[in-house]
Amino acid sequence: MESPVLKIENFAASFGEHAILKDINLSFSRNTLTAIMGPSGCGKTTLIRCINRMHELVPNAKVSGKIILDNQDVYGTDPIIVRRQIGMVFQRPNPFPTMSIYDNVIAGYNLNGIKLRKEEMDQTVEESLKKAALWEEVKDALHRKGSFLSGGQQQRLCIARALAMHPEILLLDEPTSALDPKSTAHIEELVCQLKTGVTIIQVTHNIAQAARVSDFTAFIYLGELVEFGPSTRMFTGPKDKRTEEYLSGKFG
Amino acid sequence: MGKIEASVHRRIWVDKLFKTLIIVLSLSSIVPMFLILFLITKNGIAVVNWEFLSQLPKPVGEMGGGISNAIFGTFWLILLSFIFSVPLGIFAGIFMSEYRGGRLAYFTSLSIEILQGIPSIVIGIIAYVWVVLPMGSFSALSGGVALGIMMLPVIVMATAETLKLIPDSLREASLALGVSYPRTILKVILPAGLSGILSGILLGIARVTGETAPLLFTAFGSPFMNQNILKPINSLPLTIFNYATSPYPQWHTLAWGASFVLIAFVLGLNLITKVVTKKWKVQF
Repeated sequence: MESPVLKIENFAASFGEHAILKDINLSFSRNTLTAIMGPSGCGKTTLIRCINRMHELVPNAKVSGKIILDNQDVYGTDPIIVRRQIGMVFQRPNPFPTMSIYDNVIAGYNLNGIKLRKEEMDQTVEESLKKAALWEEVKDALHRKGSFLSGGQQQRLCIARALAMHPEILLLDEPTSALDPKSTAHIEELVCQLKTGVTIIQVTHNIAQAARVSDFTAFIYLGELVEFGPSTRMFTGPKDKRTEEYLSGKFG
Repeated sequence: MGKIEASVHRRIWVDKLFKTLIIVLSLSSIVPMFLILFLITKNGIAVVNWEFLSQLPKPVGEMGGGISNAIFGTFWLILLSFIFSVPLGIFAGIFMSEYRGGRLAYFTSLSIEILQGIPSIVIGIIAYVWVVLPMGSFSALSGGVALGIMMLPVIVMATAETLKLIPDSLREASLALGVSYPRTILKVILPAGLSGILSGILLGIARVTGETAPLLFTAFGSPFMNQNILKPINSLPLTIFNYATSPYPQWHTLAWGASFVLIAFVLGLNLITKVVTKKWKVQF
């Protein structure tokens, strides 16, 4: 079996005195989609924010344990490098309002001061927008600001922006929670296509969504990893009683 | 029944009275503005022509003469105060917005508020002690320092308040792409707040353009076209002050003309500010 692309070992996280995550052990295989689900406040968002070290924006955030990306310790590497290898899409679409669609897609290069030739930029923009299934809708308006796009389109623009950096891993933090059902379906479909080229870790509190899109599912409850396994097995025969109760809607 | 009806009638009547009162009072609050504009235009516009704008003042007794040196001096002073206050003010504003909640940011904002409350004449004296005395001469430079100190709080406040309104999601979007913190501030946060910062700068300029008191013992005034920032320089408010307090009727007319030019400039700045705020506003 192929070695996992990302490994989380004995990982714990806290904000000040408040422990959020306890002793998490997880590994993610290349080009799979793992759903992280659990009730609100269970620490699932904190977990993926720890993977690209975005949790460090909160003062007095502390972690222990290891996260290893391709044999490289995430916490021994500059967060700037880590975040270029691990892309992230947030709950609410957050395209840069001052930039055109085109500039949004290559923002990762422009903002980092990485110079690309014109053809390289054009190519990256087209490729990324195609991967994010947005190209057809915006190809005639690339140099307009993205503010006229719908919420779902803006979210796909954010996905394109993350993909343009060719990340190893794509973190999706409830990417559909601010979208209408139609846009949600569109994003789900897109995510399923994307996993052929990138490892995806998606947080969701929507059980049905986890069942629809994911290869593996991790269930987190009160900061602990309760159960982890292939989604087909997990949704048909959960081993832990808490997972079963959560899946059957007894709480959360 | 009759009781309720009477009470409703009374209510409707009170409502109408209240509405009328509000309209009358708010209309009367704009009356002074129109009176001022009317008076200045009536007395000033006849004086203003190309000669008035382009010529140097003439000695008492000679007819004509202009205020070109004052216009030029005002622009010089604006430029100098801009250089002293804008970079400093923007960085202080960034600090106050980024480290809000921190003790030092609180202290900074408190200091800026106090600075804003210091009377302009006092700032003039300070600039006199700091710049004029050590350099041994009244100068455009010292006037620029005084006006810069007056502009600083406006710019700091405008920057800080604008940046505080920018959602954190924008910062996260940038940081999650592996963009460093300084670049995130300079290339994402600042551009998103540009319209607010710019309107703060314009309002700051509008504020100091009309300042007279701090210039009395700094820029001092000069009847010549001075291009040396270490020498005294004239400005529109100083001209108005000197001409209006003189005993010569001819100079009084010139003071009206200069007032008209000053008001037109400040009014123009305010209008531009409105346009800039509206046009460059970023929708999040």
